[in-house]
Amino acid sequence: MDIQSFIQQLLNGISLGSLYALIAIGYTMVYGILRLINFAHGDVFMLGTYFAFYLVMIFMLPWWLSATLAIALSAIVGMLIDRVAYRPLRSAPRISALITAVGVSFFLENAGIVVLGARPKGFPRPEFMSHTYNLGGAYITGVSIWVPVISVILLLVLFYVIYRTKIGMAMRAVATDMETTRLMGVDLDRVISYTFAIGSALAAAGGIMWACKYPQINPLMGIFPGWKAFTAAVVGGIGNILGATIGGLVIGIIEIMIVAFFPALSGYKDAFVFVILIIFLLVKPTGILGETLKEKV
Amino acid sequence: MLKLENLHVYYGGIHALKGITMDVPDGKIVTLIGANGAGKSTTLRAIAGLTRAQKGSIKLMNEDITGKPAHIVTQKGVAMAPEGRRIFPNLTVLENLMMGAYPRTDKEEIFSDLDWVFSLFPRLKERQRQKGGTLSGGEQQMLAVGRALMSRPKLLALDEPSLGLAPVLVNEVFDVLRQIHEEGCTILLIEQNAKAALKLADYGYVLETGRITMSGPGRELLENEKVKKAYLGE
Repeated sequence: MDIQSFIQQLLNGISLGSLYALIAIGYTMVYGILRLINFAHGDVFMLGTYFAFYLVMIFMLPWWLSATLAIALSAIVGMLIDRVAYRPLRSAPRISALITAVGVSFFLENAGIVVLGARPKGFPRPEFMSHTYNLGGAYITGVSIWVPVISVILLLVLFYVIYRTKIGMAMRAVATDMETTRLMGVDLDRVISYTFAIGSALAAAGGIMWACKYPQINPLMGIFPGWKAFTAAVVGGIGNILGATIGGLVIGIIEIMIVAFFPALSGYKDAFVFVILIIFLLVKPTGILGETLKEKV
Repeated sequence: MLKLENLHVYYGGIHALKGITMDVPDGKIVTLIGANGAGKSTTLRAIAGLTRAQKGSIKLMNEDITGKPAHIVTQKGVAMAPEGRRIFPNLTVLENLMMGAYPRTDKEEIFSDLDWVFSLFPRLKERQRQKGGTLSGGEQQMLAVGRALMSRPKLLALDEPSLGLAPVLVNEVFDVLRQIHEEGCTILLIEQNAKAALKLADYGYVLETGRITMSGPGRELLENEKVKKAYLGE
């Protein structure tokens, strides 16, 4: 393999990885606070793409406005899922909330098939995403450039919110000591609601960019990216936002490189990701940056 | 300020509080002493809204706060420095203090209170950028008290502030409590260190296996033969 195509593959891996990272952050933030794996998270990713699709195709809104509105709508869906499905179970055993999460996921997928239709739809991607750029001999699509750029911007905003705002401070406090945070006069339900909103917004942003990369959307499209992002969150150290970012990039780059270096194995690329998950759970269940994992799923 | 009427708390099958009645008058220091497992922390948890009382009532300035969630109780003016300090180890000292002021929106007042807390505990000012988890035990206790003060409470409730501290530090913490009290804060102090607590307090209650068995002005309890034998080791 020559250097040009290696760089091309690396950029592909980074762009795929930053999408996994965006989704993984939602898993890890919710886990950090509630010790809950929100299995419906991948389906919020799917809903985000459909919101954008309908806003562009039916309401004929400009692309940037559709994307922004779709992200906002997905944030609301995330808060609703928490309000309707998880909040009533706050003091129930953890396993009940976990089973509920699986149920919410099945519900969204099947409701999606009924309401949105099972047939895949072509996603109307904007010109700057599909354009091919020639960078010193390496041909790179707009997606491979813009996805990492937009992801980095979103991550910077996220880190600002987490480390420089009041609500971010409350999120970090809740993640270490829920009871004492309540004693500070913090309304936990509100903090948790915001956490779902932020995670869902990032998942929707990831979903929309995913649809620009693979411009076909269907109601089950969230399942595999969701599982892989979950893997990324575990590999990075679940509960740790920086870890989820690193985990996402690692998983994305490994997935692309396996296909690039061993084309014969490309059919197994999904399996490789889960092999990585199994290895981590066996060897280092706390992940690359993780704190002690209190309960495994 | 705070009135408990016939408070009962059950933990699972255990009857932890068996009808507690107590009164914390405005501007006073009241202490609740008792052995391990007598129900001191349970009483505080019930007041703070962390544990539900099955029977009886808790009134804060004549307002019934029984069964109110913890964050509402805090917003109504009860601040707690919980047992074991429970500072946020991953937040900086400054952030820990700001968490104490979380529901407040009066920015300028918050910063003047911050200066006040730093004047009470100069050590915290030096270490404000450090992570809470890197502080020593005594500094963490100061942080827990300072954090509680940042809500500008009407009632400051402290659970075993002397626990695990060297005698010098215990004196330091109690001196600050005296100072806080002089500035008009009502204090409910829960202590195993009965001597120090009774010396400081205007009024004391003795708790034994979920019941108040004795009460009286702090000085009187210090002289009481039963208290001397059971709690002062004399």
